Amino acid sequence: MIYFELFWAFLQIGLFSIGGGYAAMPLIQEQVVDLHHWLTMTGFADITTIAEMTPGPIAINAATFVGTQVAGLPGAVIATLGCIFPSCIIVMTLAYLYNRFRGLQMIQAVLAALRPAVVAMIASAFVSLLILALYGQHDLPADLTTLDLRALAIFLLAFVAVRRFKKPILVMAASGALALILSFLPL
Amino acid sequence: MKARDILKNNKLLTLFLSTFRLSACTFGGGFVIIPLMRSLFVQKLHWIEDEEMLDMTAIAQSSPGAIAVNASILVGYNVAGFPGALMTVLGTILPPLIIISVISVFYQAFRDNPYVSIVMSGMLCGVAAVILDVVIDMTAGILKRRKVLYVLMLIGAFVAVRGFGVSIILVLLVCGLLGVLDAKRTGKEKA
Repeated sequence: MIYFELFWAFLQIGLFSIGGGYAAMPLIQEQVVDLHHWLTMTGFADITTIAEMTPGPIAINAATFVGTQVAGLPGAVIATLGCIFPSCIIVMTLAYLYNRFRGLQMIQAVLAALRPAVVAMIASAFVSLLILALYGQHDLPADLTTLDLRALAIFLLAFVAVRRFKKPILVMAASGALALILSFLPL
Repeated sequence: MKARDILKNNKLLTLFLSTFRLSACTFGGGFVIIPLMRSLFVQKLHWIEDEEMLDMTAIAQSSPGAIAVNASILVGYNVAGFPGALMTVLGTILPPLIIISVISVFYQAFRDNPYVSIVMSGMLCGVAAVILDVVIDMTAGILKRRKVLYVLMLIGAFVAVRGFGVSIILVLLVCGLLGVLDAKRTGKEKA
């Protein structure tokens, strides 16, 4: 039964992808390409591209894409539900525990110590995104001067705007529009 | 103005609509939803505290599954219990479900369209700026506690994750452990 297989495959992806984002990619590849042959490796590379180009978590994007290819819209819904099922159970339990026990001194000490690490993680994610935005690849190139000057200009403008106006969604949309406008200018 | 009042009074509807809107905008991976949630739920609606947002980020990051989904469950549960979490999960998964279903039908054309990729690359720059904004605010929040240990942990964690590719879960575990040891030590000093 294809629906059950989809649900089960993506439930495992959801359960074992700790750390989100790119941590899920090898798991998705294993289930979708190696075990079930729902996609070829080229199809898998396409999901990666699409997942990067569209909003939303990579695992959810992959679930929807594979589900649609294998069993249409119901397949997409079932695969997505499978993907979020472990999160729902586990995180809901943690949310309950957090609300109940966060007043305890020991828990407070742990949470306070986790905060700097979380900021560091977000800072690291920022560096990765900036490299991708400025150089169009995931790693820094050998020649650092090959950066995209338009991208740098958009980034700096967007940074000033978001510091000043604190409207992230508007700033992101404006950045996309600005990139389109700049692409028509003969620079 | 009227629509705003309705939204303010109906928490569940607001939770659904706002996570739907945020999820539709989270280009560039899981962490992007954190600054967006922070600007809405912490700074605008004042439903959650800045430090709670960091706690939830830590929990979302260390739990299985997509960070955006986990964070939205935590926010929804914190604001309005189980029904709240249900609303935020729905709001988070519907946009990618809809967008990818549409795109997967004609993805070849979508992928090869130059304008699409130009707009996306511009949005990526915007996303990077938004994240930097949050990193600055959050770092200021940590520095305000005037605790050397936290500053060292911030720098150490960044170097470990960025420079040495240490797993994020391991970094969180070590920091949590340090927190416990530190609490025991200061507890003893007081006693």
